[in-house]
Amino acid sequence: MNQSRHIVIIGNGISGITCARTLRKLDSDVRITVISGESKYFFSRTALMYVYMGHMKFEHTQPYEDHFWDKNRIELKQAWVEKVDFDGKCLIFSEGEKLAYDTLVIATGSKPNQFGWPGEDLKGVQGLYSKQDLEAMEANTREGVSRAVIVGGGLIGIEMAEMLAYKQIPVTFLVREKRFWGNILPREEAELVGRHIREHHIDLRLDTELKEILPDSAGRVRAVITSKGEEIPCQFVGLTAGVSASVDFLRNTELEVNRGVKVDSFFQTNIPDVFSIGDCAEFETAPAPDRKNIEQVWYTGRMHGETLAYNLCKKPVPYRPGVWFNSAKFLDIEYQTYGVVPAGFDPEKVRSFYWEHSSGKICFRMLMDSDGAILGVNNFGFRLRHEFFDKAIRERWSGEKVIAQLQRANFDPEFFAPNYIEIQKAFLAQFGGSFQPARRSFVQKLFGAKV
Amino acid sequence: MKLIEKIGLGLFLIGLIAFLTIPFLGTYTLSEELVLENTKDIHRDKMGELLAPMYGQEYGSSFSFMAAYRENFDPYNDEQKSQQAWDQVIWDDYTFPLAKASLESPVRNSPWLFFGLSIGLAALGGFLYNFRQHAEEPAGIKNNGIFHSSMKNRGILGMLTGSLLILFYIVLYWFPAYLVNLVWMVDPISRLLSGGPASQWFLYGLIYTLAILVMGIRMFRKYRGNKYQQLRTASVMFFQTAFAFLIPEILVLLNQPYFDFKNIWPLDYDFFYDYQIDTFLSAGGVGMFMLIWGILLIIVGVPLFTYFFGKRWYCSWVCGCGGLAETVGDPYRQLSDKSVKAWKYERWIIHSVLVLAVVMTVLTIVNYFSGFGLLGNVTNQLHSIYGFAIGSVFAGVVGTGFYPFMGNRVWCRFGCPLAAYLGLVQRFKSRFRITTNGGQCISCGNCSTYCEMGIDVRWYAQRGQEIVRSSCVGCGVCSAVCPRGVLKLENGPEENRINELPIIIGNNSIKIKL
Repeated sequence: MNQSRHIVIIGNGISGITCARTLRKLDSDVRITVISGESKYFFSRTALMYVYMGHMKFEHTQPYEDHFWDKNRIELKQAWVEKVDFDGKCLIFSEGEKLAYDTLVIATGSKPNQFGWPGEDLKGVQGLYSKQDLEAMEANTREGVSRAVIVGGGLIGIEMAEMLAYKQIPVTFLVREKRFWGNILPREEAELVGRHIREHHIDLRLDTELKEILPDSAGRVRAVITSKGEEIPCQFVGLTAGVSASVDFLRNTELEVNRGVKVDSFFQTNIPDVFSIGDCAEFETAPAPDRKNIEQVWYTGRMHGETLAYNLCKKPVPYRPGVWFNSAKFLDIEYQTYGVVPAGFDPEKVRSFYWEHSSGKICFRMLMDSDGAILGVNNFGFRLRHEFFDKAIRERWSGEKVIAQLQRANFDPEFFAPNYIEIQKAFLAQFGGSFQPARRSFVQKLFGAKV
Repeated sequence: MKLIEKIGLGLFLIGLIAFLTIPFLGTYTLSEELVLENTKDIHRDKMGELLAPMYGQEYGSSFSFMAAYRENFDPYNDEQKSQQAWDQVIWDDYTFPLAKASLESPVRNSPWLFFGLSIGLAALGGFLYNFRQHAEEPAGIKNNGIFHSSMKNRGILGMLTGSLLILFYIVLYWFPAYLVNLVWMVDPISRLLSGGPASQWFLYGLIYTLAILVMGIRMFRKYRGNKYQQLRTASVMFFQTAFAFLIPEILVLLNQPYFDFKNIWPLDYDFFYDYQIDTFLSAGGVGMFMLIWGILLIIVGVPLFTYFFGKRWYCSWVCGCGGLAETVGDPYRQLSDKSVKAWKYERWIIHSVLVLAVVMTVLTIVNYFSGFGLLGNVTNQLHSIYGFAIGSVFAGVVGTGFYPFMGNRVWCRFGCPLAAYLGLVQRFKSRFRITTNGGQCISCGNCSTYCEMGIDVRWYAQRGQEIVRSSCVGCGVCSAVCPRGVLKLENGPEENRINELPIIIGNNSIKIKL
């Protein structure tokens, strides 16, 4: 490897940082520079909500101590890139400074969507993505907010609702779909989450969209008008209707940009030595049948980063994600998913097994194909083992085999209620099978762990 | 805040103020009789002579009493020391028994009343404050506002609490004569339990136990819906109340040696001291059982239980220090230092203490069996140095007083020699580990933030590595606070338990060991 080779990564999110760390792991000579205007040090974006709620300080969201970067000879530069001179292989910063590169990795992430709503740029109206957004939200909600409206029923929306609840600010939550996160979750799961949102006294308005945001005389939000014509007085509006690639500074250059930076399965853009990873990259063809062209989750960002680093140091391999997995937390209810469980599925082709605890806060769904092989699972309110389902789905285990061994997949802490036993019983009742439900262990009986 | 919580907090504060005021009540009058009653034979004449000027004088406070005592007593000792007449020096400290005997105060006359007003109100207030916490909320993680809290994030309230705790420990260990009112106050309880008078240690044990019980209730409320936390809290509450507090007192009532059956050497550093051994050997079958039990715990109990369950079986389920840390200390768990540097200090310091405790004990035992021919009184010097530096300063003043500054496990993490021993077994020969759930970690940092032992749990979790650390006490809070269900405390086969180069699953393109 050429010792003077300089790899510059724009963006210090999980994609860019994983790429930088993996590069250093694979090549001790290459010069690595990571650029971010948002913050000098890498932090976990997903943890911003916890800073707002006082669970953590901002420094706790930084996974590596400051000396880590020096030690690993990863240069950090806090600056905004104004434009890229692709011919001269050089970055131009907003301060006018320049930085030459041999290889460029674009990992600039996303920004909150705005759909041209009237009033979307008013004071007190914002999304939540960056550290600056967090600071703005702290300032915007410090005082004088007697109601907040959140627009868009996704994961950031529910996080924002939880954050505002900490400040005891009443929240009205406008969700376009008929059910919460209804484009991702099947009916029962979406309803379960919806119930829990209302349990937290959040005013959830399904099937309702934002029409307009109204200003007061000082240019601050005073109310919103919904698609149903209702005017809701509020002093804060959270826009959480998804995110889109943060690539504006790259548009109208020789770099091919559509919704995101266009890349092939090697993360190669249309310009040699320029690559793009993370949620600012748009694949020409989706990496797998169950994947989208733009992958917007933490885990895919990490995989992009490590795969590209490998490609830059070793023989290039195409990006091939494994079995899909994801997780989230809806207020107090944890959610995990492994494999493919779409919101809607054809009952002719797909068999669905669903179990819900009588509390209405714990549930499990498994989808099987017409041969009875597992396609994927959703679990809410309890924990399941990634490794188990990664293997089961890859090896196309039958649903019956999965359920028969469900005890092994349990990832709840010791002494927790053995939900898997009830799930096994429900499965036997619905689909039959040749296995016996697990029995409560001595310890579980002793300490009264039951569902 | 709900009304009942406000009432609880109010009562607690009244109790606390009463507790802090009580030591200043009453007068002190010494007489020859009291001196003769409370001094050893060999010192009687001398003490009687030295303190004679104080007889019949009424002192208005413990301060003036102590000043007079020093004025009369210290010159004698100083004189002997300057002449190097070491055998003439009175090494015994009679301030506590004499102050206690000399006290004339309403507290001594109505101990129950003052007990109710101080400790009683504080405990009741604490209970009222805690028992309905989070009642109107669904079960879940209750860490809202911790870093916005003055008490829990080293604000004024935290500093004040820490300072009070440090002050209390200093007075308790080195100036107990100032606490005699409080000791008289709990005297009836001591007589009820053991038949004997209360000492400052009885007072301490009583407060300690009540604190664990009241704050244990807070844990039940905070971790509603988390059975692991509930059971473990119930366990430390039980072991503190029964094993550390009641059983030893009852043993004394039955004329048996005072013994805490769950305290293990080298945390119980005087277990092999000559006077302890003598006590065991002179107490017949029961004493012999205690000696054998204690030794079995060290050589069989610790390795065996730690092999199967990790050191958590002791540190966060049984131990008294752990019990206090996990209940009273829980609000401060996030203040532990997670840096690599702190980890380095931790390893040096805690293992040094272990070595010190082992060396001291071996010397003591050898010396004992050689009939003190080998080292004479040198081991006594060692004992007093260890007792002062480790037993009192480190475990007490720093260990608890520093909760609001450095987190609730300062002693357990940096100082406890038993934790070091348990940790060595846990690191090298145990089935315990914290498993990470494949690739589900989002590096949020809740686990590391709330690790009381300062383990950077996230470092492991985000690279898919199982966490095997000697310091982990298995409190399970990392697993509880994880928003993505990534961490689980598990006992399993030793094979592949330690893997420095894990692979995160989910990416089929490449397999990189990071």
